Amino acid sequence: MSAIQVIPINWYLLLSTVLFTIGVLGVLFRRNAIIIFMSIELMLNAVNLLLVAFSSYLSDSKGQVFVFFIMAVAAAEVAVGLAILMMVYRNTKSTDINILNKLKW
Amino acid sequence: MITTYLFYFLSFLAIMFALMVVLSKNPVHSVLYLVLTFFTIAGHYVLLNAQFLAVVHVIVYAGAIMVLFLFVIMLMNLNKETEPHKSPWLKFSAAIASGLMLIVLVGSLKGAETIIATNPFNANIGLIENLGQCLFNDFLLPFEVSSILLLVAMVGAVMLGKKSIK
Amino acid sequence: MINLVWLVPLLPVIGFVIIGLFGKQLSKALVGVIGCGSVLGAFAISIGIFLELTGNVEKSITIDLFSWITAGKLSIPFSFLIDPLSSLFLLIVTGIGFLIHVYSVGYMSHDEGFARFFAYLNLFIFFMLLLVLGSNYLIMFVGWEGVGLCSYLLIGFWFKNTAYNNAAKKAFVMNRIGDLGFLLGIILIFVTFGSIGYHDVFMQAKNLASGNPTLTAITLLLFVGAIGKSAQIPLFTWLPDAMAGPTPVSALIHAATMVTAGIYMIARSNILFTLAPFSMEVVAIVGVCTALFAATIGLAQNDIKKVLAYSTVSQLGFMFLALGVGAYTGAVFHVMTHAFFKALLFLGAGSVIHAMSGEQDIRRMGGLKKHIPVTHLTFLIGTLAIVGFPGFSGFFSKDEILAGAFEHNKLLWFLGVLGAAMTTFYMFRLYFLTFKGSFRGTRDQEHHLHESPKSMTIPLMILAVLSVVGGLVGIPAALGGTHFLEEFLKPVFEDSSFRIIHHLSHETEYILMGVAITVMAIAIYYAYKTYIQNKTLPAEEGEELQPLHNMIYKKYWVDEIYENMITKPLNFISGALHNVVDNQLVDGIVNGVGSLVNRTSSVIRLAQTGNIGLYIFVMVISIVLILLTRIM
Repeated sequence: MSAIQVIPINWYLLLSTVLFTIGVLGVLFRRNAIIIFMSIELMLNAVNLLLVAFSSYLSDSKGQVFVFFIMAVAAAEVAVGLAILMMVYRNTKSTDINILNKLKW
Repeated sequence: MITTYLFYFLSFLAIMFALMVVLSKNPVHSVLYLVLTFFTIAGHYVLLNAQFLAVVHVIVYAGAIMVLFLFVIMLMNLNKETEPHKSPWLKFSAAIASGLMLIVLVGSLKGAETIIATNPFNANIGLIENLGQCLFNDFLLPFEVSSILLLVAMVGAVMLGKKSIK
Repeated sequence: MINLVWLVPLLPVIGFVIIGLFGKQLSKALVGVIGCGSVLGAFAISIGIFLELTGNVEKSITIDLFSWITAGKLSIPFSFLIDPLSSLFLLIVTGIGFLIHVYSVGYMSHDEGFARFFAYLNLFIFFMLLLVLGSNYLIMFVGWEGVGLCSYLLIGFWFKNTAYNNAAKKAFVMNRIGDLGFLLGIILIFVTFGSIGYHDVFMQAKNLASGNPTLTAITLLLFVGAIGKSAQIPLFTWLPDAMAGPTPVSALIHAATMVTAGIYMIARSNILFTLAPFSMEVVAIVGVCTALFAATIGLAQNDIKKVLAYSTVSQLGFMFLALGVGAYTGAVFHVMTHAFFKALLFLGAGSVIHAMSGEQDIRRMGGLKKHIPVTHLTFLIGTLAIVGFPGFSGFFSKDEILAGAFEHNKLLWFLGVLGAAMTTFYMFRLYFLTFKGSFRGTRDQEHHLHESPKSMTIPLMILAVLSVVGGLVGIPAALGGTHFLEEFLKPVFEDSSFRIIHHLSHETEYILMGVAITVMAIAIYYAYKTYIQNKTLPAEEGEELQPLHNMIYKKYWVDEIYENMITKPLNFISGALHNVVDNQLVDGIVNGVGSLVNRTSSVIRLAQTGNIGLYIFVMVISIVLILLTRIM
């Protein structure tokens, strides 16, 4: 008994949207770069969840294959992003994104 | 019936933990809540008959990525509430903005047409055999490319991570 | 042979490509062989075409090569027209061109631009052949522009000299003025007749009434083109300056071929002109005025090439006089004989300059007769031919022109005879000062005096022979000839024949010839008396001259008048436009836009705070707005 046979697809849409928005909220809300990173992971997972839900709904495994790719990209992104953060921290002794305001004029 | 209850329960947990990720003051707590969120999402995968994906998800996210996060936080010694707070006005506007986003997203999804599933339901698509067939038949090139991406990311991370040679 | 006509222009262009691309790698001998050989090949085919055409019943053959321009109703084929007129010009262009190529091998042998020279010369032959062969006005125009370009390149051949470059520019610009008229004429032809093919245009024009205003406009515009190309008043001043180019160029382009393009064009369009009597009058008057005007200037020039240049302008004036009075055959006849003797005179002058180590001033020459006998003899033949000494070629052609003028208007005839007398005087003045008397140059020059190499003297001899016998193709009936040329050209001028009526009686023609010969003899005697008996020498630079003499010595100040009337005001206007419109208005707008962007962006850039949080915030708001539009 699969959940998709019982639960309407709209509920999954709503759940994903809420999770995604929480990710957005985290990005806006926090100043710690690591937390922002985690919020981005949250958003990616919201999308993954929706992909799996649709894959199940349409009985098409391509959606799940896409989730694999998103995972690969996320892993790569986290590795590089955290490396950058390490460098930033090494130089500024902080992970506050408001310190990184050299990107102007 | 139990599936329905499980869905609501897991959804509730997922949203709660996600909120806790964003709202907890201590970064280490955030990471742990995030791990919990990932577990609930893995539960959703199992409910959706994507068993293999659920396993991979736990291994990759909860096992690898989150450990990496924890390592970094420990390395930076951030396990205290060191984060300076944003101004209340900014917090308020952030909440308003994300609330607006939620409303708008839900609104736009509500107006969307529903896709009617044409294929008959197949409980086996999440099995490793079907996924492998699909991945190595239709998506062989992207698969290889993503391996290169991982390699490049690894090289980049190593380059960035090592102490600069002066 | 006529089917091979496409080879005629193709050979020189192949020569041009080979020499132009690989000229530096090839030896001078090989360049000379390719340059001369390609023109010789064209000449051989031209002879074949000529012979075939004389035996052919059909006298006007169009060879379609390919469809050139097709747009809507406009369809212009790339085709050649072979008829007596074009085949005659083919012979002149390739024949004289070949001789001058051979001459150039010797004349230019020490020049570092040897290959470049031959490349240009071959290109010129190509365009000239295109001009002559084309079966519609557009191909003629392409050739017309092409020869103008080659003329520019060759006048400025020694481009390191600023004065020469200026002469080249002057020639080019003056030609462009004429070309504009020609182009407008072509456009008007197209608008009027819906075609620019000779055949279509002439067929339709035949049905128009004489004096049709459109025809008058067309012919006047075409004549403006001819004025520019053939150096008539008021656009003649470029031709004397064009003598800056190497002497073979002066001979080929600025005496024998290119400058006669205007005559060719009018002769080709004879029907249009015949039907526009007003234009004919204009052509005749401009022609005779130029003939007289240039001849008077020629009386007082001291540069051997300048004298010949003004003589060319004057002779071209005679040809236009002939066209204007309807003696088309006479004009074409004179083009041919003039090509022979003027090429001969120029090449002879080149040989003299060669012998004098570059000296061109006849006041520094004299007594060259014994040093360069071949040049002397051929130059004398050329002089006799140009003054119309009985039996020489110029006699017959000039006589025909004067007869035509007499028949049309006695005043034109009188002015023509006057011009001929002056021609005789200055040519003999030139001859006496150069070859007779005693040497007036430096010792150094006298020491170096030598006869030119064979490659230069042989073309001279051939041209001398042609200058003598060239007139035999047009012996008038009055002298018991058949006038082969008139018979040959008859199909071309057939439609204009209602105006060309030879009703002069033989007695009148005898009297006219007698008058011409008498006038010529008097002029020769006068020149002899002045320069041989009295040993008068032209005044040195800076000496006081009599007012009249000074006026013609200074060429009526035409160059100065143009300079002050046209060039200076133009420069002033250009300067004003440059300073006011360009520097202040245009630059002001351009710089203003730049500084406006600069100033606004210096304000706007403050929005870039560098705060990542703000950026993300703005991004989210933007996404919300975008999605909102989706809902609304």
